[in-house]
Amino acid sequence: MSQAPVLELRGIDKSFGPVQVLHDVAFSVFPGEVTALVGDNGAGKSTLVKCIGGIHPIDAGQYFFEGEKVHVGGPRDAATLGVEIVYQDLALCDNLDIVQNMFLGRERRSGLILDEATMEELAAKTLESLSVRTVKSLRQRVSSLSGGQRQTVAIAKAVLWNSKIVILDEPTAALGVAQTAQVLDLVRRLADKGLAVVLISHNMNDVFAVSDRIAALYLGRMAAQVKTSEVTHSQVVELITAGRSGELGLQNGNGATS
Amino acid sequence: MTTTTVPEKGTTGAPAIGTHVRDYLERVRGGDLGALPAVIGLVVLCAVFSILRPAFLSPINFANLFTQGAAVAVIAMGLIFVLLLGEIDLSAGFASGVCAAVLGVLLTNEGWPWYAAVLAAMATGAAIGMVIGTLVAKLGIPSFVVTLAAFLAFQGVVLLLLKEGTNISIRDQTILAIANKNMPPVLGWACVVVGVLAYAALQILQARRRAGRGLPASPMSLIAFRVGALAVISGAAVFVLNLERSRNAVIVSLKGVPIVVPVIIVLLLLWTFVLHRTAYGRHIYAVGGNAEAARRAGIDVDRIRISAFVLCSFMASIGGIIAASRANSVDPNTGGSNVLLFAVGAAVIGGTSLFGGKGRALDALLGGAVVAVIENGMGLMGYTAGVKYAVTGCVLLLAAGVDALSRKRAAATGRR
Repeated sequence: MSQAPVLELRGIDKSFGPVQVLHDVAFSVFPGEVTALVGDNGAGKSTLVKCIGGIHPIDAGQYFFEGEKVHVGGPRDAATLGVEIVYQDLALCDNLDIVQNMFLGRERRSGLILDEATMEELAAKTLESLSVRTVKSLRQRVSSLSGGQRQTVAIAKAVLWNSKIVILDEPTAALGVAQTAQVLDLVRRLADKGLAVVLISHNMNDVFAVSDRIAALYLGRMAAQVKTSEVTHSQVVELITAGRSGELGLQNGNGATS
Repeated sequence: MTTTTVPEKGTTGAPAIGTHVRDYLERVRGGDLGALPAVIGLVVLCAVFSILRPAFLSPINFANLFTQGAAVAVIAMGLIFVLLLGEIDLSAGFASGVCAAVLGVLLTNEGWPWYAAVLAAMATGAAIGMVIGTLVAKLGIPSFVVTLAAFLAFQGVVLLLLKEGTNISIRDQTILAIANKNMPPVLGWACVVVGVLAYAALQILQARRRAGRGLPASPMSLIAFRVGALAVISGAAVFVLNLERSRNAVIVSLKGVPIVVPVIIVLLLLWTFVLHRTAYGRHIYAVGGNAEAARRAGIDVDRIRISAFVLCSFMASIGGIIAASRANSVDPNTGGSNVLLFAVGAAVIGGTSLFGGKGRALDALLGGAVVAVIENGMGLMGYTAGVKYAVTGCVLLLAAGVDALSRKRAAATGRR
């Protein structure tokens, strides 16, 4: 790891009322790499991502972005830093076309009027840079797109803003085999472009296919953050289900006690 | 996604007109009917009525259609904003009544000048929308309930303003002129020429600019068709409206475009511009399509909601002013009885979806025309009010049915 992490979290705690969801979590994301965030249901993956995205404020811990300590008080702050999250439900408007969706909430204007031509050009350029050649027209309504195409649009929307970190929440969960391959391909290309990609996934095949690094959460604790090339399939499954695997993982075994 | 096809995209050559026609037919077949049902309905209704009652086609009746339908169409135009969000405003009819009553009281009883009274009526409308919108967006009461309550309450407010149901007559000439006076025939023609030329210039300019940047643009043949259609329709309408309508032209000449027509057209252009060319309009569609996505995109969903209700009630106030002008008076029935249902019907018949996210300002006019033609034609046929209501209700049901069915079909073909 010659490069410095673009995002580094240290000692993150997060509680919802009496329930502590995240305990002392450390998490690093590196540019040009795909970091897979894995964990069983309820391990705290979504909460961690929402803390990164500024949707949940963190109770304790430090948030470093490009080596500097920052305070993320809301989604706007995260977006300003260059953190974009693609949620599982994609958050696209079916009744709008691809360009309109990609620029939603951040429309280019010249005076009062929307600058459609510039937006269309930028959208086309972004899709081209991602080697996306599957959409017929940029003025197609999103409702007419397939699941994989929608995922592509959602990812392109996240990339459009010169973002530094793109977080993908289960991007392949609802897709077929061919479309999954295409989306994973796109994920890999994002990292190759120099972005830091965080991929949340339940699918071990996907994780091993594209990720450089794996971070496993277990009951709200970071069990281990390892290089994908240094672990086996079954080790990762053990980390997810038991929080430890041999030398790796939480050494006191049970994450529930502190 | 498995089949990778890239026709057209990025090519500099404009797609041929055939592609546009094919795309349109494909959209219609896929369940995206747009204004097609309203246009077909309008043609069929006009044909039926003009065969059964030749008087339907007379210039005087044609002009009547505009003044009869104006208030409903204007209220419907405001309702579009609320319907686009998937909400409803049942109080728009009586809101227009309240605003008309404010206008009447200030104008006739208090002797205010017309512009001050009009401004006060409009401000009343905006304030009503602000209250309703805040209750819906901030408190989270369903709009159906809030506006149903407002519907009842405003009925009472109109009665209170009119001192238990007396009738206030409007004597101000400017207000009366809106629905009762006509533009000089020459001015009507000038408007057509300027309007068509401006439209053509805008279309050509836009196509040039897009083609210059290598983006797909409308081909010249399509632009020529659009401009030609506008010229023919507006030219024909102005020609008929400029014919002598008076039964006794020597005593009083009655010809020209009713003043209410340019008022409606200005409102149509304004709201079409707002909905399609500004970020605000884009956000309205976004909130109607997927409120959660809009929220995550940083759009202030509550503010959009409130503003839609403000615009709706504001347009209702204009509708109320037009209604007062047409009736020469304000009475407890102004904006009452069927006005709201006709307005909702107009919007839905025109192709606006009750489920939100789909609709245009033009829908209100097309649907309003259908409603006006039904009311007018059935009146000429000598049917009673009872039959008229029943038929209009059936047409509304039909339109909502078409909307629901086309949604189903769109979902089946993946175009929802």
